[in-house]
This record gives sequence, C-alpha cells and structure tokens, in this order.
Amino acid sequence: MLPRYLRETEGVRTPVAFPGYRSTALRAPLRTPVDLPHRLTEITGPVLGEDRLLPTDADLTLRMGGEAQGQRIIVHGRVLDSDGRAVPNALVEVWQANAAGRYRHVVDNWPAPLDPHFDGLGRVVTDSLGRYEFTTIKPGAYPWGNHHNAWRPAHIHFSLFGQAFTQRLVTQMYFPGDPLFDQDPIYNAIPPAARHRAVSRFDLTRTQPDWALAFEWDIVLRGADQTPFETDDDGDVA
Amino acid sequence: MTSEHLSAQVRAADETNDRRPGTPRRGSGFLDEPVALGTTPSATVGPYLAIGLTWPDGPYAADAGTPGAIWLRGRVVDGNGDVVPDAVVETWQADPDGRFAHPDDPRGAVTVPGFRGFARSDTLDGGQYAVHTLKPGPVPDGAGGLQAPHVDVSVFARGLLDRVVTRIYFADEAGANAADPVLASLPDDAARATLIAQPTGDGYVLDIHLQGDDETVFFAV
Repeated sequence: MLPRYLRETEGVRTPVAFPGYRSTALRAPLRTPVDLPHRLTEITGPVLGEDRLLPTDADLTLRMGGEAQGQRIIVHGRVLDSDGRAVPNALVEVWQANAAGRYRHVVDNWPAPLDPHFDGLGRVVTDSLGRYEFTTIKPGAYPWGNHHNAWRPAHIHFSLFGQAFTQRLVTQMYFPGDPLFDQDPIYNAIPPAARHRAVSRFDLTRTQPDWALAFEWDIVLRGADQTPFETDDDGDVA
Repeated sequence: MTSEHLSAQVRAADETNDRRPGTPRRGSGFLDEPVALGTTPSATVGPYLAIGLTWPDGPYAADAGTPGAIWLRGRVVDGNGDVVPDAVVETWQADPDGRFAHPDDPRGAVTVPGFRGFARSDTLDGGQYAVHTLKPGPVPDGAGGLQAPHVDVSVFARGLLDRVVTRIYFADEAGANAADPVLASLPDDAARATLIAQPTGDGYVLDIHLQGDDETVFFAV
C-alpha cells in the first residue's frame, strides 16, 4: 500500500495568494487547483544528501577568506513529519541577507553595505534523528517596495525536500518578538493559528559562551498517513 | 502485504506507528496514537532565490551525454502575459522504464546510469526553464492500470506564497494520454491541453501560464 501524505486544512496553511502582498496579484493562479491523488510520482521524491554539500556549507560566517560582520548565531532544530517521526538524511538549504539586511544578489541594490565575507548560502543534511544545525549571523531587516515604508522582518529562507514530492517545502524562519511582524504581508499571509510555527525560539542552553547566541526552530513536514481512503467494509483502498 | 520493497526508514516507522486497517493499533483511541504535529507553513522564495537554490548541475535530471536525453523547455508567464524571469521550476519523474530513483519504488531502483529524476531550472533566461532529462515511461496508477508518461512540476517564485504544482504530459502519447486517470479527471480538452508538451527538434516545449485565459491546470497535492 502506498502512503498518503496528509494535507493541512486551509485554516493553518499559507494561501498561494494574499491581497496585501502585491506581487501575488498577477502570479498566483486564479482557478481552483484540481485534487491530485497521491500515486507513485507523488510519494517518491529526489534523494539528496551529503553529495550536495561542501565541508564549509554549515558555517556561513567564514567565507571568502574572512569572518562575516554581525551577531553570530547558531540555528538548530529537528525536521519531523506531522506524525512526529524524524526526517533523517534530508537536505536543508538556507539563504539570507547579511547583518545589514542586504542580499548578495544583482537585483538587491538598496544602499546597505555588502559584506565581503558573507554570501548568505548554507546547506546541511539532517542526521539520523532529523537534527540540523548551522552557524550564521543574524540577518538584518530590509525595506522593499510592497507598500509605503515596508520592511521585511529579519528572516532566513529554508528549502526542504523531505522524502517525497508531497513533502517539498520552501519557507522562512523568523526571530521571536520582531516588531516588524504587524506590517509584513508575507508573515501575515500565514493564518493566525499557524504563525507561531514560523517563529524560532531563543535557546539559551545552546548558546556558546563568549561566542554565539542560539535559536531553535523545528520544521514539520507533512506526515505519511498509512490510513487508506475510508470504505464501508474497512478494507481495500477505494 | 510484504514490506520488502520499502526503505529502512518506512519499515521502522511501520513497526512503531502502524495505522493501516487490519492492524491491531488502528483506531484504538488510546494515548499511543501517533502525535499529530502542525506542519510548518510555507512562504515565498522571494526575489533572491538564486542565492539558495542554484546548483551547477541543477537542470540535469540526466547527465550531459546520456543517450536519448531530451530538453524540456517552456516559459513561465504571468497574468499580463509577461514572462516571469525570477521563478524556479523543479521536475520529478520516472525513467524510461517507469521507475523512480527512490527506495520506495516497489519495483526496485532506477537502472539508467546518470539519471536522478530530479531537475531544478531557474527562468533567468527570458522566463524560460530548461531541463535535460529522459522521457519517462508509463507509471503504474495504483489500481492495476497505467498513467501516461508524465513529469511532476513545482513552480516557485516571488509572488507565490506556496509552490504551485502541475504536470507535463507528451503530445506524441495520445493513446496513453487518453487512458490517463489524471487527465481524465480534468473538465475538458482545453484544460488537458495546458499540460501537454509539444515536440521540438531536441525535446518538448510547454509554457506554464500562472494566470490568463489559458491558465495552466494546477493540482492540489
């Protein structure tokens, strides 16, 4: 029997479009998506692991022959599925702005300084218990053109594959208590009941004395429910 | 049922967390029921996705030089008809025998050297994606039949708060397409046509329309 990956209800899932986020207006599809039952193509997915990594990928603070500017932080957590199972050996890709809120990217041209020793890219693979950890600097907030005086709260982009096409997730991790949350449409597009899931937790126990602060963020991918479609005789898949 | 074909991870999970019908633990209602954790909400990749999602070999689901390889190409287009030059298109598919490069494929792993089934292409080149791959074979539909050759596609972009999912089918598979359960679930031929790639000199082409009169059919997975 093939697993079937649970789908969250709309009340806790980010919609593809959100009126306050202007770029969605011409890009988010307008028609209702068609339900796609999970068959072999959906319950398999690319197996990506250590072969995608360089030895330096887990530490974003040491790049191009020097140390990045900013508040050094450790970001760690577990990748789980919604049944509480660890997701081991799974590729986690992260990217972020530097301490001044500037991305090393050709279309980011607001007048904050680039850092010659920060490129903003990290990659790690979860261990056998689903744990991941990387060292970076706390990204800065930055302005953008969505509305007057719009600022993105500090965030780190995460990309995860899990073990199946259905589990693919690209998201953003925020920092606790950010005063910019209220005016940010990307944060507020998340239904209120689920917003806390996008916010990391300050983790004093994992700080490194005289070296780095720490934040913990667990990531939950969709679980593989083994329960088939219900039938009247409690039997075969409908 | 035998679990021989499943990965070690899935087998281990089955031993401790089995809720399939006919197994003793199903629906017990006691505290050993699995924990249901809330899933992490998605967010847009934003405009700077190229920093995190670029691989030198990204567009190659099949290594360069693989015999029989093709290029899948197309533009990503927005509701104004303008191309979307800051998207990333990811593809996942079976090999020409219909097998997946994944341990949970019950028929055994893919056997084609240099084929990984997954590709990732940005659209920096005029809003166009390009994926170097092998044309997939038919894939079992789970009900005794076959699905037509197809590629599962995820599109990520600034302005999309979650990925959107579609499929690519092939125009020269008319017979298989006519029997495909997913194509059959669509309302009409116009909807089906948005998923069917046309042959070119070195592969196939299919534009992905995020909006518009010919909006691509997207799937809820």
